[in-house]
Amino acid sequence: MCIVCGCNNPEDHGAHEPAAPVVLDPSAGDLHYGTGTARASVPGLSQTRTVKLEADVLSANQRLANRNRAHFTAHGVTAYNLMSSPGAGKTTLLCATIEALRRRTPDLPLAVIEGDQQTRLDAERIRAAGAPAIQVNTGRGCHLDAQMVGDAFARLDLHAQAHHHGHRHEHAHEHTHDHNSPEALLFIENVGNLVCPALWDLGEAAKVVILSVTEGDDKPLKYPDMFAAATLMLINKIDLLPYVNFDVARCIDDARRVNPGIAVLQLSATRGEGMQAWLDWLLRKEAAQQARS
Amino acid sequence: MHELSLADEIVRMVEAAAVREHFKRVATLRLEAGALAGVEVPALRFALNAIVPGTCLEGAQIYIDQPPGRAWCVRCGAEVTITSRADPCPLCDGYPVQVTGGSELRVLDLVVLND
Repeated sequence: MCIVCGCNNPEDHGAHEPAAPVVLDPSAGDLHYGTGTARASVPGLSQTRTVKLEADVLSANQRLANRNRAHFTAHGVTAYNLMSSPGAGKTTLLCATIEALRRRTPDLPLAVIEGDQQTRLDAERIRAAGAPAIQVNTGRGCHLDAQMVGDAFARLDLHAQAHHHGHRHEHAHEHTHDHNSPEALLFIENVGNLVCPALWDLGEAAKVVILSVTEGDDKPLKYPDMFAAATLMLINKIDLLPYVNFDVARCIDDARRVNPGIAVLQLSATRGEGMQAWLDWLLRKEAAQQARS
Repeated sequence: MHELSLADEIVRMVEAAAVREHFKRVATLRLEAGALAGVEVPALRFALNAIVPGTCLEGAQIYIDQPPGRAWCVRCGAEVTITSRADPCPLCDGYPVQVTGGSELRVLDLVVLND
């Protein structure tokens, strides 16, 4: 007798279907044994079985990013993810931004999460400019991820500042936040890299890509994923335009090709041109977030 | 460069499934890396081969489906195939095009050895 179907002619039929696939919901851990054609699982009949996951590889990071996002919103923090090639001027821009914000909106809490493979040099520059900073060293890693940003945020004064409380407390918040509490800005300076950071959501309100005029105007087409992911493109070092072949109009056109809605600002962090428009953008988005809450 | 991070995550997901589903060895792993997922497939393979020794994926056959990039052309309304987000519409040369498919990196399924 065939032990699978119970018939008396086991030589007459071919191999039976393998055991029913077990469908797994990765987030809930649920199992479903009845999805095979036989609508039954018959254990022990085959050497192998299929396990379906159908899960996005970035889903774990996405969950942490969503948690960061909710955490930022609950604390009235507007977070920006600043990305660029190494040397485009992110840190210099941040130092200039911090100084300008201190003049324009002196009561606005600010903080920075600095990402680099090695050294604390950037965090030290930010602190010298007058804002708290946490340095995250990724070692050989080429991008920040949501886990790193969540861990860093928990260590920032901004966290306690936004709470208005002096006490330390657990991550789970029992109290709700007064929406009239002052808003705060968190800048996340990503590892210098025009490729990888585009894929990793950190929980930010917006991604900002910084392109300096010394890098060439063709970058939006060469690195489309980055420019497609960004909400704003900042063209930096415009004071050097007389000395380089950089077609600003073409660069903006190409950026709009991969991302029709991308906003564009041009500035010089060292000379100050365009800085007020950048602050307007930062504070207007924050006002928009405040209006939503 | 980030393929190593992605490979790490893939191994982590499979190891977590191994605990939930009570298997120790994987015979076959099937992944999907769309043309617009931002993943260099040979680099991903290289990274996976480097890190699977000592895990439940050691010795597993790895298949990587590579669905093409799909997009909708705003100008001519056609559903087209593209290879990068910077591509214009292959039919009318217009842009922008809105990506509709081929942008995901997923673990599809595993064939595992019953204990």
